[in-house]
Parts: sequence; C-alpha cells; structure tokens
Amino acid sequence: MFDFPETLVIGRSISKWIDRVVDWVVVNWDPFFSAINIGVLRILVPFQEFLQWLPWWFVIIMVGLLAWRMVSVKFGIVAAGLLLVVSFLGLLDLAMITLAIVLTAALLCVVIGLPVGIAAAKSNRVDSIMRPVLDSMQTMPSFVYLIPAVMLFGLGKTPAVMATMIYALPPIIRLTNLGIRQVDPSVVEAGRASGTTSWQLLRKIQIPLAMPTILAGLNQTIMMALAMVVIASMIGARGLGIEVLNGINRLEVGRGFLGGISIVFLAVILDRISQGFASRKSQTRSISG
Amino acid sequence: MSENGSKIWCRNLWKVFGPHPDAIIDSASDGSTKEQILEETGHVIAVKDVSFEVKENEIFVVMGLSGSGKSTLIRCINRLIEPTRGAVCIEGADIAQMNDAELRDLRRHKLSMVFQNFGLLPHRTVLDNVAFGLEVRGEGKKERHEKALQMLEQVGLKGWEKNRIHELSGGMQQRVGLARALASGAETLLMDEPFSALDPLIRRQMQDEFLNLHTTVKRTVIFITHDLTEALKLGDRIAIMRDGEIVQIGRPEEIVTKPADDYVSEFVRDVPMGKVLSAQTIMEQPATVVQSDQSIEDAIEAMRLKEGDWTFIIDGTGRVKGTLTLEDARAAVSRGLSRAGEAARSEFASTAPDVTLEQCLSLVTGESNIPVAVLDDERHLLGVITRPALFEAIQSDSTNGKQN
Ligand SMILES: Nc1ncnc2c1ncn2[C@@H]1O[C@H](COP(=O)(O)OP(=O)(O)O)[C@@H](O)[C@H]1O
Ligand SMILES: [Mg+2]
Repeated sequence: MFDFPETLVIGRSISKWIDRVVDWVVVNWDPFFSAINIGVLRILVPFQEFLQWLPWWFVIIMVGLLAWRMVSVKFGIVAAGLLLVVSFLGLLDLAMITLAIVLTAALLCVVIGLPVGIAAAKSNRVDSIMRPVLDSMQTMPSFVYLIPAVMLFGLGKTPAVMATMIYALPPIIRLTNLGIRQVDPSVVEAGRASGTTSWQLLRKIQIPLAMPTILAGLNQTIMMALAMVVIASMIGARGLGIEVLNGINRLEVGRGFLGGISIVFLAVILDRISQGFASRKSQTRSISG
Repeated sequence: MSENGSKIWCRNLWKVFGPHPDAIIDSASDGSTKEQILEETGHVIAVKDVSFEVKENEIFVVMGLSGSGKSTLIRCINRLIEPTRGAVCIEGADIAQMNDAELRDLRRHKLSMVFQNFGLLPHRTVLDNVAFGLEVRGEGKKERHEKALQMLEQVGLKGWEKNRIHELSGGMQQRVGLARALASGAETLLMDEPFSALDPLIRRQMQDEFLNLHTTVKRTVIFITHDLTEALKLGDRIAIMRDGEIVQIGRPEEIVTKPADDYVSEFVRDVPMGKVLSAQTIMEQPATVVQSDQSIEDAIEAMRLKEGDWTFIIDGTGRVKGTLTLEDARAAVSRGLSRAGEAARSEFASTAPDVTLEQCLSLVTGESNIPVAVLDDERHLLGVITRPALFEAIQSDSTNGKQN
C-alpha cells in the first residue's frame, strides 16, 4: 500500500462545499420545499386515513373483487385469503399505511413520469440526456435517496414519499418512452398525413397504442415503490417496514419475519392486479392483425 | 408556363438523406452516380432533380424498382419528408412556403394519402378509422360518422363499421384506408403502393374497383407502384423512376412502344402488348378512299393503282358508308351499277381508337381480308388495322416496338 499525497486529496473540501450548497438550498428554498411537503400530505393523509377508516372485512372483500375482475376468480380468492392472513397477524392497519404511501408515490410517478417519458420519446436529445440519469438512478443503492430526502424535508411521511417516488420513477419513464417509440411508424405517418397536430397525434394515436407498454411500466413502478417504502420506514414512513426494521434492531426475528411475509403478500397482490389491469387494457387495444 | 392548369407540379425536386444534403446536390450535378456518392460521403440521394406535373383528375403513376425513391418522392409532396431542394406546387400554392398550420390545413382538406401497409388504427373501429381525418379537423361526431358511413358504402364495406381492423382481410383493410382518404373530400390522393401488400387476385380486383370508383368520384391521383402491369392498367400517364431520377414520362403505350432507354425497355420487355396498345397506336392510313358518288370504274382504277383489292367508301361529310372489294366492284359493273356508293357493303368490322388490340382480335376472325376500320364517335375514318399488322403488334416485344 502507499499513501496518496495528503495535499492532493480534495474529497473533504468537496464534501464541505456540498454541505454549504445544501445548507443554502434548505434556507433559501424553504418555501418551495414546504409547498411540496404540504402538497404531498394533502394527497397522502386523507388517502391513508380513508383506507384505515374502512372496515377490515370491507377492504378484504373489495381487494378480492378487484383481483377477481382484473385477474381471475381464483386469484380473487387468493388475494382475499392473503389479506385475511395479514389481518390475523394484526398487521392489516400497517399494511394500509404502506399501501397509501405506495399508491401516492405511484400516482406522483405517473404525473411526472408520463410527460418526461413522452418528452424523451419525442426528442432524441431529451432521450440521450435522460438515459444516463435513469441508468444511474437505477444502479444507485436505494438508501442513498434517503439522505437528500431527509435533508430537504426532515423526517416523516413526505421525505418517505419523495424518496420512494424518485426511486420508483425510472420504469414508467423508460417504458413510456419505449412504448411511444415502438408505435408502428406507418400508423404515425398516416396520422400525420391526415393533418394531426402533435398533441392530436399523441392523444389519439401514440398514447393509446403505447398504453400496454406504459402500464407494464406502471406495474414495475408500483413494485419498486413497494420495495422502497420498506426502506423508507427508516425516515418515518412507518407501515409494514417499521416491523421489519424493529425486528432487525431489536433482534426480534419473529416480528421481522411476520412483517416481511406481509410485505410479500402485499407485493403479490399489487403485482398481479396491476399486471391484470395492463393486460386487460392491451386486449381491448390489441395490435394484432 | 406549362404548369398552369395542372393540379400538382414538382420542379427540380431533390431529397438527400445525410448530414450535409446541400453540399451533395452540388457535387451530384457533375455526374457521379448514387452508389459513388453513398460510398464516398454516406449520403443517400433518394430523389434526384425530379420534375413533373399532374393534371386534374388524372391518374399519374410513378413506377420503379424498390429503393428507386418513389416513397420519398410522394412524401415530399405532402411534406411528410422535407424536400432538400426544389419546388412542389399544389393548386397553385407552394408547399415549401407553408407554416405548420397551413401544412396541416393542406393535409386535412386537399391531400390525402393511402399507404402500402394501410396505416390503420388498431384501437379504433372501422368507422372511427374512416372518420379519423374528419375528427382531426374538428367535425362533430354525428356529422363525421354520417360521412364515414357513406364512404364505407362506396368502398363496399357496409355493415363492417363496428368491427375492429384486425377482423378484416387485407383487401378490406385497404378499402378502409381508401375510404379514410376519400372521406376528407380531398381532391388529390397520394397512394404509395396501396395494393402491393395484397394477394395477386385481390390486387387485381382492387385495381378494377379503384378504376370504377375513379370514374364516379373524380380525384387527381398520384399512384406509386413497382408493378408494370398495374402501372399500365391504371395510369393515364406513367413516370418511370430509377435511382431517384425520372427517366421517362409518357402514356402507357408510349412507355411500351418507345422506351426512352435500355432500363425502360428491359422493364417493358415482357409486357403483353395486346393489353396495352390501343387500336390507334397501330392503325395505318388506308391506301385508297373513294367518295360514294364517284363511279365504280374510278374505284377500280384507284385500287389497281395502289395494287390493293379493297377500299373504303365515304360520303360527302367524310363518314364511312361501307367497304368495296375489287371483286364486288367488277361484279357491280357487270350488273350495270354506276356509283361506288351503290356497290358498297355497309357491314364491316370497325372499332373505336382507344380499344385494346386484344379486343380487336375478335374482329378479324372472318374470311374477309378487309381491314378493321378505326372510327371516331361520328364515324369518321381515322385509319385501318390490317390483320398482319395486328398479329405482328400483339406478338411483338418492346425491341420491335422501339424501332417503330
Ligand atoms: N430516412 C432515410 N434515411 C436514409 N436513407 C433513406 C431514408 N428513407 C429512404 N432512404 C433511402 O432512399 C432511397 C429511396 O427509398 P424509398 O423512397 O423508400 O424507395 P422506394 O419507395 O422506391 O422503394 C433508398 O435507397 C433508401 O434506402
Ligand atoms: Mg416504397
């Protein structure tokens, strides 16, 4: 081993500089982040309270019915059964908190991801800028997102939602981009030849035909959000993740295990239902023939 | 200027694909071929200095092998592809000058397009596909569905309006494409190999239907094809394209009988002439024509002079009264007749000038060696077709044709 000359090491000064920038942002952009904070809570809190207000049997029946409509009778029964197990474990209430955060984050992902994905599909320049950003977002260890979230929003639900949202954003952007780029060029050409504006082209041709791919992206986004929300428990998301976290911290293996199992059940239900939704959509918008 | 009165014209149109198209045009003018330029500079000259004009209600066919630049050319006309250089004028408006809104307007009202692979919207019903152009330009649902239904009826797809596109056969899908193009009421149709993706049988049927439709719904048509038979069948005029250039423009029989170069003659070599050539292309002036009030002796003398044994008898206004053979003339003299008109036979084979040679064939089956008369609408004699000339023309290929 050898020592790198001490005088050339600049890591410390860089990190100090970053600290200063962040301090500055936190102080000067406070109204901005407060506004985001309030906005997120406006969506999340009522949603979560609503889910927790519902009677447990109603939740189970509704999820079962939804699973039946979107997937199959069999999976409808399975989904209801899995939620019943979670109820027996006493974790249904926490599961609803987790669900609220996941769906709120997913909603924000759609609101942000769709336009960004469309922009990337329409412009090669935007695409080539987005691509490395998305690549690094996906290779970054997930807990890295917690740090800026906490710095900007403190501890609590909002940083949890924001970290989750950012972590889960890439798939919906990528697949929106891909889906629109994959639309049969001859159909797009026919649209243009009919005299569409680019908004009409998007609304009437590109988005409908890209929908199956976009929904596959939404499915992935939801699954990533669920994975992240467990980690985001560390900064105040609560929910099922807290059980796992406490289980690890306090060496209560059983408790952690039950929390983990419940997360898996929730994941299975969310995955199958959102997949079923996507494939139903793509059946009615079949591109066959 | 000759462009006046034509619906569409292009002048010195170029399209070069690549990073520096303008520089390439200047160097291409000094004679390097498309391949050389592609190899040396990586630029593709898809359309090279093309000029033509299309008249109102004409079917103008552009024919060429795959890669000859046909699709690029037709897309320069509605600016789906931006031309690199040159002018395109539609109903007097220069499309290069149009801004986005004007261009949209042009596509919505004046030019519609039919595509080789149909370009239909799989997520919509047949009816909503046909109504698409109307929807895009903001027409109400009721109004546009009414129009679309009418169009579907016109292309023979009544009853299919609620179906999805993938439930239709290829031929039916292209009818939807055609109905969509007609629905906008645009007076000009751009058709990029519309029937090439169909089976030969269906293709021929669609060609016939299209010709029929064209007689009822008058449109100016630019029709792309790589199929010479299709070009000859549909085209009022044909432009032959090669490596981005138009090498010849002409009416079908001109293309076939007077190919401009070896490339075109190679193309038309196996063309069935009987289907392409019309009576007027091979008719000759009759050796003798006799007025009906001339004497029979005059007629006999005239035939003898030209070493012929038949003549046509016409009246004072030039209308054909009948035919007279040498034999009949002599018999008539011995019977004491005097005027040529009295001796003439009024039954003889005749045809209109635009009838194909194949159809003329049935007229020359009789014993008689009197040629077929080519008459205009008023029965004026335009020319005659002798049996040997007819057979020769039908059996000829373009190498014979070229010497004509
Ligand atoms: N977008 C493009 N970029 C580069 N080259 C192209 C492009 N489109 C067409 N070409 C080239 O231009 C030439 C003409 O193509 P095209 O107009 O499609 O011919 P055709 O319709 O007669 O088959 C071909 O050599 C083709 O490879
Ligand atoms: Mg083509």
